[in-house]
Amino acid sequence: MAMKSYDLRQYPSFKAITIFCLFILYAPLLVVTVYSFNDSVSITNWEGVSLRWYAEVFTGAESEKFKIAARNSFVIALIAASASTVMATFAATAILRGGRFKLRTASFGLISLPLMVPEIVTAVATLIFFNAIGVDRGLITILLAHIAFCIPFAYLPISARMQGIEATYEQAAMDLYATRAKAFTRVLLPLMMPGIISGWLLAFIVSLDDFIITNFVKGAGVETLPTAIFGSVKQGIKPNIMAISTMLLGVSVVMVTLSWLISRRDNNK
Amino acid sequence: MQLHSDRPIAVDVRDAVKVYGDFTALKRVSLSIHDNEFFTLLGPSGCGKTTLLRMIAGFEDVTEGSIALFGEPIAALPPHKRPVNTVFQNYALFPHMTVLDNVGFGLEMLGRSKSEARKRAGEVLDMVQLSQFSSRKPSQLSGGQQQRVALARALAPQPKVLLLDEPLSALDLKLRKAMQLELKHLQRETGITFIFVTHDQEEALTMSDRIAVMSAGELQQLGDAREIYERPKNRFVADFIGDTNLIEVTVDAVAEGQAKCHLGGGHALICDAVEGVKAGDKVHMSMRPERLFLSEEPIAAEGFRGTVRENIFIGTDITTIVALNEGPDFTIRASNSSRGNSRVFDIGAEVVVNMEQGAGRLLTD
Ligand SMILES: Nc1ncnc2c1ncn2[C@@H]1O[C@H](COP(=O)(O)OP(=O)(O)OP(=O)(O)O)[C@@H](O)[C@H]1O
Ligand SMILES: [Mg+2]
Repeated sequence: MAMKSYDLRQYPSFKAITIFCLFILYAPLLVVTVYSFNDSVSITNWEGVSLRWYAEVFTGAESEKFKIAARNSFVIALIAASASTVMATFAATAILRGGRFKLRTASFGLISLPLMVPEIVTAVATLIFFNAIGVDRGLITILLAHIAFCIPFAYLPISARMQGIEATYEQAAMDLYATRAKAFTRVLLPLMMPGIISGWLLAFIVSLDDFIITNFVKGAGVETLPTAIFGSVKQGIKPNIMAISTMLLGVSVVMVTLSWLISRRDNNK
Repeated sequence: MQLHSDRPIAVDVRDAVKVYGDFTALKRVSLSIHDNEFFTLLGPSGCGKTTLLRMIAGFEDVTEGSIALFGEPIAALPPHKRPVNTVFQNYALFPHMTVLDNVGFGLEMLGRSKSEARKRAGEVLDMVQLSQFSSRKPSQLSGGQQQRVALARALAPQPKVLLLDEPLSALDLKLRKAMQLELKHLQRETGITFIFVTHDQEEALTMSDRIAVMSAGELQQLGDAREIYERPKNRFVADFIGDTNLIEVTVDAVAEGQAKCHLGGGHALICDAVEGVKAGDKVHMSMRPERLFLSEEPIAAEGFRGTVRENIFIGTDITTIVALNEGPDFTIRASNSSRGNSRVFDIGAEVVVNMEQGAGRLLTD
């Protein structure tokens, strides 16, 4: 078979290169995860399996600080994901269902562009913006910044989903006496739901993990989990940081998997 | 039988023009569809059938001209205020609702309670013999079943006019024939005006009270099946509806409603004259293959001598191609039975092509 010779998998070193790349990608995560179960104060010497660092996270000296930071992070992620998802849903509806209007292609580009802007630039810009309008930095500024930068992340799966929904469904609804609003809530919205859910999950993760922008716009003394971890690491890496990181990784993996499962289940239908 | 023309006009399309950008999809189409009529829009792909249907449903605005529903102009009404329902070409069943909720959707939107909508939906599903599938999702149905759900959904709110956009095109031949009968039956039973779109001329002939033949955004001819088949107005209609021999003829004389003509090669014939033909004109003549027959010797004065080139067996019929000794080829269809005057000859046989009375139809364009 002639096709075979073009198959990437037939190249001699394919397997080795693949394994090497995967190793580079995952080795650090693996190390952190494994060593978070290490029964030792040192982060490099393995002294047996234990959950002591996980216990330390919840009861240790820094536990109070991390608890508040974690609560901030989750509350911000929850609100930011929800708000940005609502806005992204309306944006997608307007851009994809609002008929032909001027700058339609431009608006699509404008919404997705922030994904390609270096985050540090966005961070500086956001900080300058808040200074310019004279808002005190604190939880609110973090929240506003998160809502803003989460919109493109929520927008992508939502608009991808919507593009796959033929306009005839809404036309059929309107043909059957549904007003525009009813056609939206009864037909378009349920069909978009998988996209909306994965958009929300993606926005949630992005908000939960964000460090750079948060670090710029947070007020003194206000911490989210990533900034608290960073603050703690500056005084030396302790194994409890690895336990927190592992838990955070766990949350991310669960959410990304959920998001993937939801979008996949629907494509197969 | 009550004539349709006695009934009130359900849909009146007046000089409707539709322009998309710099492309004119409909060029001044006028037609009146009577109440309780099974009306078909027939034409090749891209001729503007869907466009006209969408204008009646309210999904496209009318660039010029007007559309009225039972005398009321509807230009200002959005789709959800028009008493018109559509069976979409791809059905467009709501994938997230059960069959029952799909069918009940229109009634619910009209303000009926959910239970009332469901009850009525159940009745309509009964009518299309789908009650046992009412709790399924559309994706769990076969194409034919989905088609019937789409029909039930559009019928449930009892619209005044039902628009059907090639609803049968995705079905196999057997199922399509069965559905044709069922649709016809439903139309009679409900008394709803059906506007049916198809590009299948046989389907149009079988089902319709009247047919509008369209081509390139223009109405070519409007009439019942017989009229369109037997008295096509122009070459396009003659060629599009059924098989025909389109032969170039020269008119020699016109007198008393009869035209004397000859084909290339000098074969002479007499046929009914049509308006606007005069001696000396070069026009086309349409002769249906089933109205021609072969014989060994001339039967009347106007037989054309020729040689059998080919016999094609197509089940019910046998199609024979005869090359005239001088002049064009003819296609002749004989029914595959021993009755009647249809005879089949071997390839190479010298034969005479005969026309039945009135089989030749002159076409001026
Ligand atoms: N939104 C549009 N913009 C531009 N041109 C269009 C649009 N919709 C339809 N047309 C054009 O108008 C013409 C008529 O289209 P229409 O869909 O009415 O054809 P149709 O007769 O239904 O064909 P088919 O049998 O293939 O469904 C086509 O040439 C098509 O390309
Ligand atoms: Mg069409």
